[in-house]
Amino acid sequence: MSTTTLALIPLLPLLAAALTCALQNGRRAAGVAIVAMLASCGLALSALKEACGMKPTDDPLTFDFEWLTVGNDTVINFGFVLDPLTGVMAAMVTFVGLLIFIYSAGYMKEDERMARFFCYLSLFAAGMLGLVLVNNLLLLFMCWEIVGVASYLLISFWFHKPEAAAAGKKAFIVTRIGDMGFLIGILLAFKTTGTLTLYDGGQGLLELPIGATVLGLKASAMISLLLFMGAVGKSGQLPLHVWLPDAMEGPTPVSALIHAATMVAAGVFLVARTMPLFENGGTLPVVAWTGAITALIAAFIALGQYDIKRILAYSTVSQLGLMMVGLGVGGVAVGMFHLLTHAFFKALLFLGAGSIIHGCHEEQDIRKMGGIWKPMRVTSIAYLCGTAALVALPFVTSGYYSKDQILAAAWEEPLMRPVFWIAAAASLLTAVYMTRQCLYVFAGEYRGCKTPHESPVTMTTPLVILALFALGMGMVLEKSIFAKLQGKLIHDNFVIAVSMAVALGGIALGWLIYRGRALGQAADPLAVTPLVRKLWFDELYAATVGRLWALAIVIFEQLNELLHFVRDLAVLLADRIGNAFAVGGDRKLIDTLAFDGMCNRLRSAGHAVTRPQNGFLPGYLRLIALGAVALGLLVSWMK
Amino acid sequence: MTLHHYLILAALLFCVGLMGAFTRRNAIVVLFSVEIMLNAANLNFIAFWRYSENPALLHGPLFTLFAIAVAAAEVAVGLALVIAVYRHFKTVDLESMDTLREE
Repeated sequence: MSTTTLALIPLLPLLAAALTCALQNGRRAAGVAIVAMLASCGLALSALKEACGMKPTDDPLTFDFEWLTVGNDTVINFGFVLDPLTGVMAAMVTFVGLLIFIYSAGYMKEDERMARFFCYLSLFAAGMLGLVLVNNLLLLFMCWEIVGVASYLLISFWFHKPEAAAAGKKAFIVTRIGDMGFLIGILLAFKTTGTLTLYDGGQGLLELPIGATVLGLKASAMISLLLFMGAVGKSGQLPLHVWLPDAMEGPTPVSALIHAATMVAAGVFLVARTMPLFENGGTLPVVAWTGAITALIAAFIALGQYDIKRILAYSTVSQLGLMMVGLGVGGVAVGMFHLLTHAFFKALLFLGAGSIIHGCHEEQDIRKMGGIWKPMRVTSIAYLCGTAALVALPFVTSGYYSKDQILAAAWEEPLMRPVFWIAAAASLLTAVYMTRQCLYVFAGEYRGCKTPHESPVTMTTPLVILALFALGMGMVLEKSIFAKLQGKLIHDNFVIAVSMAVALGGIALGWLIYRGRALGQAADPLAVTPLVRKLWFDELYAATVGRLWALAIVIFEQLNELLHFVRDLAVLLADRIGNAFAVGGDRKLIDTLAFDGMCNRLRSAGHAVTRPQNGFLPGYLRLIALGAVALGLLVSWMK
Repeated sequence: MTLHHYLILAALLFCVGLMGAFTRRNAIVVLFSVEIMLNAANLNFIAFWRYSENPALLHGPLFTLFAIAVAAAEVAVGLALVIAVYRHFKTVDLESMDTLREE
């Protein structure tokens, strides 16, 4: 594996984005994008194979070259890094991305802006892969922003819908709040260590011991908290989670790619990537607690939602919270394991939801679905596999293995017991809301108008592949992940029992609540106002941040007025001074007095001199005589 | 008869010429007056020569002869000018010849 090969992984989708933006034909664009992604996927898999040959203690492979030189000796490198973490992440992103690209070719077939869609998707993939592979925090931030822009473009892809345009804007702005912290963290890191390279043969940011203190905190703690702010924004953690459910206005493959499998995982990946900083600074409990609270609250809100994608969105927020818990209590391996399994089963769920929405004629409200099981057999089976993985059905699903590790790691630490219980409660709620959703969607009779139909084969094939991964991946990967990444594999019988109990108990609870109800017609016992209104987070922000903003607007407008006034005053003053100079100085002094005055003097002097030149010849003669007399007198006087 | 008498006569002659040049309006008369002044100067030359230490050298008459010759030439030119002026203005009145001044 060389620099070029590794660099090609993000560059190929970027090239595809450049190509497809010039194409008009949607099918051709899809072809270009899929081929680029396929090649990228092949390269990523070979990179993963090489990365798997390394031991956790080995130094990661880095490929750096000089990018910027600041001052005399500060060099910022441009480079890539290959270690098991980046290898596995790149492989996951390219593989899931490839399946979603294929699925999109079917899903977006009717859309006349399909070529543009694939351009954005490729741009997103390029940014995401760059983010995963780079060996420099600054470059990582740039890729992070590319991903943010692509996400904005994709969420508001159907910009003629006002909700979609607003959702794109919201996602962009809310994540920007987190990015602010990220950027400050980068600057602080550069200030304290003088380097932004992650791994640099013992001299990188993640390898140097950071001893300095900032504002009474350890510098590494400060940096890691600021970086975590970026992760909170991107990964939809409380309190910046509000953008993620709204982002479901985008096309469903986008929701699957960006808001389930890859982009939202970028925050988790960032924490995993910069784990040494978090460990050094001792800020992992913050990560764990943020994640736990997010997991619980998001799972709560998911209980009361009716939009099939919105339920999945809250579920994603909740699962991302669990990943943060995993990183916080168990280390890189635990969090990344759940990230990987979640990427597959959540992508599966979103794509399945897309297939259902497509089959039900663009209907997203689960109250108007029902009885999908019969007409859409393949989709339904795949969706149920994804549900089983999300609920963490014991032993047969990947979600079980990864979630079990999170719970076990939390249980291991005596101080983290509350986190363990919160995470367990979140898992229980997960099982309840997924049971509720499945009962709404699959059971009973169809409640919509037109008959539902199965989706085309380009859409179902990725579902089947993802379903296989969602079920089998846990068992296969468990050992190798923990062998390659930092973190230890724990099996605790009590935890296994709890984890089984919450999964099965949640399903049972959901079944008990919704059994025999006339779904869709009667009132939903869980859709109580606080949950339907998403615990009033949006209203809270509207009332606090929004008000503050409105106030700020008023203040700044007044300030603006004041500045205008000062400006007008200054202009007036300058005008007056200028006038004074013009009238007094220029016109009076220079023109009238100096120039015109001199001229007039000269002219009147000339008049005076010309008076004797009156053309009166005897007069001349007299003057000559006078001159002669004067001359004579002068001569006699000089004698 | 001393030198003073001749000099006073010459001065009177000069004053008469000067007075004529100043007061007369006819260009030809003015020309005459100028000639009278010139002759006053000639008279001075002769008088100074006559009463000089060595009259045998004939300085005075020599100057006078030259002056008379030059005056003759001058009068010829002057009269030609007067004729030219007359042709132009149809008059020899000096006071009506005022085209030199600024209009």
